[in-house]
Amino acid sequence: METLEHLLLAHPFFAGVDPAFGPLLAGCARNLRFAPGAYLFREGEAADEFYLIREGRVALELHAPARSPIVIASLGGGEMVGASWLAPPYRWGFDARATADTRAFGLDAKCLRGKCDADPHLGYEMMRRILPVMVRRMQAARRQMLDVYGHPSA
Amino acid sequence: MSAAADTALLDPMLPAPWRVRAVRRETADVATLDLVPLVGEVPRFAPGQFNMIYAYGIGEVPISVSGDPADPTQITHTVRAVGAVSRAIADAAPGSVLGLRGPFGSAWPVAAAAGHDLLIIAGGLGLAPLRPAIYQALAASEHFGRIAILYGGRAPAELLFRDELAAWGARAGITVAVTVDHADPTWHGHVGVVPALIDEISFTPANTVALLCGPEVMLRFTAAALEGAGVAAERIYLSMERNMKCAIGLCGHCQFGADFVCRDGPVLRYDRIAPRLMVREI
Ligand SMILES: Cc1cc2nc3c(=O)[nH]c(=O)nc-3n(C[C@H](O)[C@H](O)[C@H](O)COP(=O)(O)OP(=O)(O)OC[C@H]3O[C@@H](n4cnc5c(N)ncnc54)[C@H](O)[C@@H]3O)c2cc1C
Ligand code: FES
Repeated sequence: METLEHLLLAHPFFAGVDPAFGPLLAGCARNLRFAPGAYLFREGEAADEFYLIREGRVALELHAPARSPIVIASLGGGEMVGASWLAPPYRWGFDARATADTRAFGLDAKCLRGKCDADPHLGYEMMRRILPVMVRRMQAARRQMLDVYGHPSA
Repeated sequence: MSAAADTALLDPMLPAPWRVRAVRRETADVATLDLVPLVGEVPRFAPGQFNMIYAYGIGEVPISVSGDPADPTQITHTVRAVGAVSRAIADAAPGSVLGLRGPFGSAWPVAAAAGHDLLIIAGGLGLAPLRPAIYQALAASEHFGRIAILYGGRAPAELLFRDELAAWGARAGITVAVTVDHADPTWHGHVGVVPALIDEISFTPANTVALLCGPEVMLRFTAAALEGAGVAAERIYLSMERNMKCAIGLCGHCQFGADFVCRDGPVLRYDRIAPRLMVREI
């Protein structure tokens, strides 16, 4: 039978991770399912859990008063949702909403932060996985800002 | 053959008169025009080629063919109004007459890609110059491995050919993935840049031919992402845009390093132009 630990380590986010970390990681993880339209989290809430999407699609939305919300990115299977759990004040900066039937692992942020603090080797493994994702997302956001498809003269 | 057609053949600088048979409004500022010649036959064209279209009394601009190369009855173009000339063309009414020269330029290597996975990657209006290649590939889809069409736009309302994209994606063995830079929550598709779609599809990089068309920044990032995924630079093809005048390799207006885009392009191989794509002054 496939245990949570096996499934978790098979997620692309953990590709190549030392299997010895399996029990530690699985100890902070749970299996979740979000129906289309359900929120994984909302802006301003405590970032006490982050998510690894197994399948489905999640839209990251920004809301501004008197304007319709905009979707700034969407994420699919294999991706990580959210980084605010890593940096104080540990609050989400946007909404995350499932736009399709979505299955994900939820990882308890406090639990994981504690284990990373206690074991810098694990902490480094996590950072090595998270940092490239953050860099890629930041570059993508900058490219979206370029508005390359817009009118050159506008 | 009529005298006018003769002259057009003899003098590639002389626009021939074509009648606008039909117009379809694609988005707020983009229109697709079906054109038929007032004299002579519809010339054959290869996917990727362009015409010089003359709005009488206003000016002439290069516009890629966006229709089906297997349709002998007309030539189709998709035009976005960005300035005086392109606006006059995009606003042309059915029945009005435009001047056409060409088709000119190099072609997408669709037939040569047989036996490979085919990735067709478009950004914004770049789907129009790629559509003839899509028609050609889908008409012979059994000759390819996987075929994937990846398309990025600014927002859902600005996407071209949405019905056709859906129809192509419904075909067995054809993947269609669309992403936009911004959307409101009624859009349930991808939001993000085109290169991110590459990670989401299955293909064999070592056996893939990729055809790219879109704004130059998008071409640069996407070609780099393909190379990163293992697609060799000599199997990546890009369509380049440069201002043009003669379109037949005489005036040098369209020079891009060692190439004249009108004659050596617009479709150019990435390994040939990659160093130049990074140079700001060209
Ligand atoms: C090989 C080739 C194929 C092309 N295919 C198509 C096509 O299928 N459909 C289409 O709509 N256009 C296409 N173009 C672009 C088209 O030729 C230009 O949009 C047109 O020349 C603009 O002329 P204009 O007089 O209307 O505007 P201009 O007065 O020349 O320009 C008005 C504004 O548009 C900007 N602009 C100029 N050229 C472009 C461009 N290439 N892209 C974006 N903005 C531009 C200018 O910077 C200026 O701000 C193609 C260009 C080339 C070289
Ligand atoms: S447009 Fe004159 S050489 Fe290309």
